[in-house]
Amino acid sequence: MPTPRYTREIPQRYRLEANKCKNCGRISFPPRQICPHCGGRNFERTRLSDQGKIVTFTTIRVAPTQYSSQVPYSIAIVELNEGVRITTQVVDCKPEDLGVGKPVKIVFRKMYPEGKTGIICYGYKAVLV
Amino acid sequence: MRDVYIIGVGMTKFGELWGKSLRQIFVEAALSAIDDAGVDHIESMYVGAMTTGLFVGQEHIGALMADYLGSAPVPAVRVESACCSGGMALRMGFFEVASGNSNIVLVGGVEKMTDGADVTAALATAADQEYEVYQGVTFPGLYALIARAHIARFGTTRKQLAAVSVKNHHNGSLNPNAQFQNEVTLDQVINATLVADPLTILDSSPVSDGAACAILVSEEVMKKAKRPAVKIIGSGAATDYLALHQRDDITVLNAVKRSAERAYKMAGIGPEKIDFAEVHDCFSIAELCIVEELGFVEKGKGGPFIEAGNTALDGKIPVNSSGGLKAKGHPVGATGIAQVFEVVEQLRGNADKRQLKDVHIGLTQNMGGSGASSVVHIFKLAE
Repeated sequence: MPTPRYTREIPQRYRLEANKCKNCGRISFPPRQICPHCGGRNFERTRLSDQGKIVTFTTIRVAPTQYSSQVPYSIAIVELNEGVRITTQVVDCKPEDLGVGKPVKIVFRKMYPEGKTGIICYGYKAVLV
Repeated sequence: MRDVYIIGVGMTKFGELWGKSLRQIFVEAALSAIDDAGVDHIESMYVGAMTTGLFVGQEHIGALMADYLGSAPVPAVRVESACCSGGMALRMGFFEVASGNSNIVLVGGVEKMTDGADVTAALATAADQEYEVYQGVTFPGLYALIARAHIARFGTTRKQLAAVSVKNHHNGSLNPNAQFQNEVTLDQVINATLVADPLTILDSSPVSDGAACAILVSEEVMKKAKRPAVKIIGSGAATDYLALHQRDDITVLNAVKRSAERAYKMAGIGPEKIDFAEVHDCFSIAELCIVEELGFVEKGKGGPFIEAGNTALDGKIPVNSSGGLKAKGHPVGATGIAQVFEVVEQLRGNADKRQLKDVHIGLTQNMGGSGASSVVHIFKLAE
């Protein structure tokens, strides 16, 4: 991944920074320029909590190249306490441990190395509570 | 708007066409459609293709295909909306004829997926690169997330999902253009290699090469052609949040629902008037959700509806008589036009072993990504 593209997303990937609409109060993650709920254009920066629960999940058995050495790995859509949903890996557990509604905590983790000489990419993953 | 008719269709066989190039398969399908229509020229063309740049390193598809079809200097443009690029190309051609700007327009779709590209990564560009793909999700993964949510909410069973693939493989066994012309059993689907739990390789459409084209004309040209014509009576398109996780209800394909509503409104009919449909079964769960969104059955009841045989060739509303994406193959950009090929052949009574009885109105539904874009068309045999 080109470094500028990686760098731009650091506030979201490292700190879960989101935008709260000053008009309707709904939170957008990642931040948007226009609130999809009310059309508002004014926001304040907020950070999402690291607590949530699994909405749905799967285990990936066939992965794109950068993740092929990690299969099988589990992926879930997680709803955080603020009502915001994210797609994330669920790690440090077996695929059969996952379930709809199970509580998770968001943690900071290595995602994958960018080739043999590139940067190491980091981001968020979830662990079962 | 003027009325728009289809007077010719053509397609290549779908499959691993290693001996043929991207431009060859497109021209083959285009010539077949032109010959079927009996026209001696075209005035404009729209080519649906998802990501020829990643698959074969070639962009500028509109000009390339007009050139190799010997049709330059006609205007030609490539249309992209991920896996519904073909259906959207049809919609662009429909409006061009309806507007009165052209009388004979070629719409087509093409994709060459087996030339060695990283297909999983190329297809994943239709998802949110920064917030889905970065996390390691794949397309089978996204549909698996939908499947799990549908199972949890409505009690849909693994067997009901498998019934989609069994039906589509049966239909494909009757289609000489299909990539897979073999039957599969429920047990084979359920016990096949897992791609993303609970979906197996036999819940998934294949990697394919192929092209399909159709000739759209005005009423004046249609009358002179003196051959069976199919009228496009409805066209609807819609979009949704690109990332699956942003949607309020993971089990609802809202773009499909909205695109269908718009097409029904234009046609002045409801789902009860549709005799048969070709839908975007990129994964078994997709067809199950789509029959719900199209209004063929109440939301959440897609599983039992399909399991009871309602969508089989002899069912209440046959779905994917061609074999669908699952068995016919899914060269992504070509799929939307190949659906039109099937509907036109069925309405004209040319579908041979898989010919449906007493069909007058057909529907196509083509969608992009995990359902962030969808396009629906409704067709009727012209009097």
